[in-house]
Amino acid sequence: MEVGKKRAVSFLLGLLSWAVALVFFFPIFWMVLNGFKEEIDANTDPKLVFDPTFDRFDEVTSQTQGLLGFREAFMNSVWAVSISTILVLVLAVPAAYALAIRPVAKWRDVLFFFISTKFLPVVAAILPLWIIARELDLLNTRLVLIILYTAMNLPLAVWMLRSFFSEVPKELIEAAQIDGAKLRGQITSVILPIVAPGLAATALLCVIFAWNEFFLAVQLNPVDGSTIPIWVTSNVSTRGNFLAKLSAASTLATLPVVLAGWLAQKRMIRGLSMGAIK
Amino acid sequence: MSQQTDRAEQVKRLQRREGWRRRLPLVPALVFTIVVTQVPFILSLWYSLTEWKIVPPEPRTFIGFGNYVDLLDNRFFREAVWTSVWMTVSAVLLSLLLGTLLAILLDRKFFGQGFVRTLLITPFLIMPVVAGLVWKTQVFNSSFGVLNWLLDSLWFERIEFVTRWPLWSIVSVLVWQWTPFMMLIVLAGLQGQDQSVLEAARVDGASSRAMFFQVTLPQLRPYLELGILLGSIYLIQVFDYVDVITGGGPDSTNVPYFVFQRSIGGGWQFGQASAYSIVVVIASIVIATFGLRVLSNLLEGEKP
Repeated sequence: MEVGKKRAVSFLLGLLSWAVALVFFFPIFWMVLNGFKEEIDANTDPKLVFDPTFDRFDEVTSQTQGLLGFREAFMNSVWAVSISTILVLVLAVPAAYALAIRPVAKWRDVLFFFISTKFLPVVAAILPLWIIARELDLLNTRLVLIILYTAMNLPLAVWMLRSFFSEVPKELIEAAQIDGAKLRGQITSVILPIVAPGLAATALLCVIFAWNEFFLAVQLNPVDGSTIPIWVTSNVSTRGNFLAKLSAASTLATLPVVLAGWLAQKRMIRGLSMGAIK
Repeated sequence: MSQQTDRAEQVKRLQRREGWRRRLPLVPALVFTIVVTQVPFILSLWYSLTEWKIVPPEPRTFIGFGNYVDLLDNRFFREAVWTSVWMTVSAVLLSLLLGTLLAILLDRKFFGQGFVRTLLITPFLIMPVVAGLVWKTQVFNSSFGVLNWLLDSLWFERIEFVTRWPLWSIVSVLVWQWTPFMMLIVLAGLQGQDQSVLEAARVDGASSRAMFFQVTLPQLRPYLELGILLGSIYLIQVFDYVDVITGGGPDSTNVPYFVFQRSIGGGWQFGQASAYSIVVVIASIVIATFGLRVLSNLLEGEKP
């Protein structure tokens, strides 16, 4: 009897989890579904049964003279996101090394400084950034976003990488030293294999934040060099129906990051929490 | 004697060199961060003490604290501050509460556990602009929104949610996106629990409620604090959602959006807007002081 009751409760809790998850996922499911509809089917009472079509995806990806096209925005995003993420890692890996493996004297203060820059609201820096970018002719270029996305993600990366690096057992490095491994050998044969998953998690988080970034892009690159988030908003029109088109555009815009996130979810959980509490 | 001082000096020089060798890898990241984040901030501070309209171009004049005095009796600014506070506090606390409940639900074995977790984290991966637009046009919308269709089917009146409750509409979208994030953090906390303590409590015959409040919750504390900290850092800066859901207006213009409206968004009053943004910085410093204390607790006892 007791066991049966326990099993029933457990079953109900599982059912509850499923229900909540479906409710949470519903807006995304609905967005994807609407992308396959004709406008007339999307702009009415919610319909589950309809003739699916790829026409909206063709429409949003086709080029129109003088308007921001999908391919252009996509390439801009790919450039800004990938180069800034690489830069972040290039800057953050040595910094994390200097904070964890052979720590500088005041490593806590340095770490605090990096994190404290995250507390400075972007909005407080946007006016000078806009003016500097205008003076240097950087408005509407990919370069300005690359620089700013690097700065935006660097503190988080230093923070996360430091804790991954501090998980490397000191004995292993000493052993490699005794075996006569030079610094390069220690890094490639001992440290990197251990921190590789952490590096991947950190890079993924940087990619997510840079890919989804809208504020800096819309302030500094409203015309050329615009990225995917700006392209999505360009599919909202004040005239006529646009729901299905917007849904198709949104689906395309979110797909890369969602897929990457699904594949790396376990590492992300570890990365986020270990990054701070280890 | 002289040999001794020589040696002492040599040791000192070696130590100094070793110190610099340790510091060197830090330099590029530090210099980059200082140049890109601190320089604009100092310029902002300077702009905030001037009267400066960019369109139409007017010369910049130094006016001291005039902008700050103006801002004290600007009703719209005060409203924006309150909106910011409400938006951040309610979104952080609600998503933390929901995220904790979901983490507890997920921290047990059941059919399709991995799949359910995948569904639940997805909102966090969605681009904020997309999240705002999808909720606005397909969930809240009074003619085609799913929520209104539901109301209609249940014989209730249709409601234009976004115009009626702009703040809570935005907060709902924020909670939808940040609950998965909080859930991930709390889940990591639950899974990292010290099993021996749980086992000991079980052996002592503790009820499951007592176990939760007296064993699990204290162990979760640093994770909850981390969630609040990261949530506040990101949510106090919300801009995208306001832009696409309401485009500003009473009860939805928060401070970042207000600064935008007064400067690049059409006002072009760079001096005044800088003063507003400096106020945000001061508010953030208050949060940061609290936040850094939390962080130092997190790092406490850790030996380098």
